[in-house]
Amino acid sequence: MSIVTLNSVSKSYGTVPVLREVSLALTPGEVVALIGRSGSGKSTLLRCVNALERVQSGKIVVDGIEVTSPSADLRKLRQTVGIVFQSYNLFPHYTAEGNITIALTVVKKVPKREAVEIARAALERVGLADKAASFPHQLSGGQQQRVSIARSLALSPKVMLFDEVTSALDPELKDEVLGVMEGLAAGGMTMILVTHEMTFARDVAHRVVFMHGGRIHEEGPPKKLFSAPETPELKQFIKRIF
Amino acid sequence: MFQTFNWFDVLFLLKAAGWTVLLTIVAFVGGSLLGGIIAVMRVSALAPLRVAAIAYIQVLQGIPLLMQLFLTYFGLSLFGISVPGFFAAGLALSLHSSAFLSDIWRGCLESIPRAQWEGSAAIGMSRFEQLRYIIVPQAVRVAIPPTVGFIVSMVKNTSLASIIGFVELARAGQIVNDATFQPIKVFGTVALIYFALCIPLSILSRHMERSLARRLNVHRNVELGI
Ligand SMILES: Nc1ncnc2c1ncn2[C@@H]1O[C@H](COP(=O)(O)OP(=O)(O)OP(=O)(O)O)[C@@H](O)[C@H]1O
Ligand SMILES: [Mg+2]
Repeated sequence: MSIVTLNSVSKSYGTVPVLREVSLALTPGEVVALIGRSGSGKSTLLRCVNALERVQSGKIVVDGIEVTSPSADLRKLRQTVGIVFQSYNLFPHYTAEGNITIALTVVKKVPKREAVEIARAALERVGLADKAASFPHQLSGGQQQRVSIARSLALSPKVMLFDEVTSALDPELKDEVLGVMEGLAAGGMTMILVTHEMTFARDVAHRVVFMHGGRIHEEGPPKKLFSAPETPELKQFIKRIF
Repeated sequence: MFQTFNWFDVLFLLKAAGWTVLLTIVAFVGGSLLGGIIAVMRVSALAPLRVAAIAYIQVLQGIPLLMQLFLTYFGLSLFGISVPGFFAAGLALSLHSSAFLSDIWRGCLESIPRAQWEGSAAIGMSRFEQLRYIIVPQAVRVAIPPTVGFIVSMVKNTSLASIIGFVELARAGQIVNDATFQPIKVFGTVALIYFALCIPLSILSRHMERSLARRLNVHRNVELGI
């Protein structure tokens, strides 16, 4: 049984097709790394999974929620699917803890005191228990990114989406964020991650999906895909990256 | 024979200044309530609401305040509703300021980075919750200086209410001048009173900006784009 299913999903902006008949299914606990050139549709694919973007055709189902139905319960969907962006997107007028409690009290109607406990635990999980009272601008990029991961986790999602979450970070800050993601994967979280960190994709992902021109061009286990790519496009992509 | 400008005239002017203040307050409160709704409509996800808000703003901004005053005053009496000058002026100024305030506030709402909308949508907030908890609190601080600037111009714009016979500070000045014919003294005093009304607003604005910056802690978010 898969927890995320994309069935022949197509999407275009105006007349420009961005996703073409993409089909993909994840079993619970599976970690899929999305790779591909800039503009190949990786971010768009992620954003369709939690309905930040609407698709023109095809069907997406996440944990029994039909995402592509016009009457989809977005509030429930977004508690089921967490997303973390490259640009953190923390709320600057709330502390690290406040960023998490606001999500819980407003969206999940959790009582304030309980929300604080959950927030503390979530910050603990990403190694930032001591930064609960800090405002985003007082945190480093890596710390902000970990807070935004904690914010998503606090809603107890079943699927996590990561869109190049380490791209904006200095090399020495990448590892702390990647470490958190590795821990999540080891804990059995279903994840789709767009990444340019090929070593990370190889070590953590169960499957790598190479996107090209809005299609899934090639996919397979990381070892096989990286060592013996079949299509010339992937060969070229890998040659450029490594 | 003219009487000379004396303390009773000053008192008369101060009392009229009270009406100017009251008219400004009415126009601001009325304009804020209406303008707040229009501003939110203006950034709505629903196209018809946006179009309605744009039309409202365009029409009201395109008609001189003087005409709006005439239209409310005489328009209402055309329907057999005879209203006191204060009511007509308060209504016209409220409508006028709602159009300008909503436009100012729309700009402030739009100045909040898209990432804030996206981040709050991604955790499951509804459109209303996004505005209530994430967007508006950040927009308020941006909105204070232009809003106070607008109130200051409104204090002065209330003088147009004299045209429909309402005696506020400017009209009172004319009356006193007609009786004393000491224009420099009379209008000098009137000008001083206007000035005294506006200065505290600017000081209050700076004070509020600072205390809100402390409370909301957003003083770097615009530069950082988060
Ligand atoms: N809001 C939008 N309006 C119009 N076109 C868009 C929009 N968002 C993305 N696109 C286009 O869709 C295509 C796919 O974009 P997408 O962001 O999914 O690519 P990506 O694979 O994530 O690239 P990158 O590695 O640079 O992040 C691009 O050609 C882009 O220009
Ligand atoms: Mg992208």
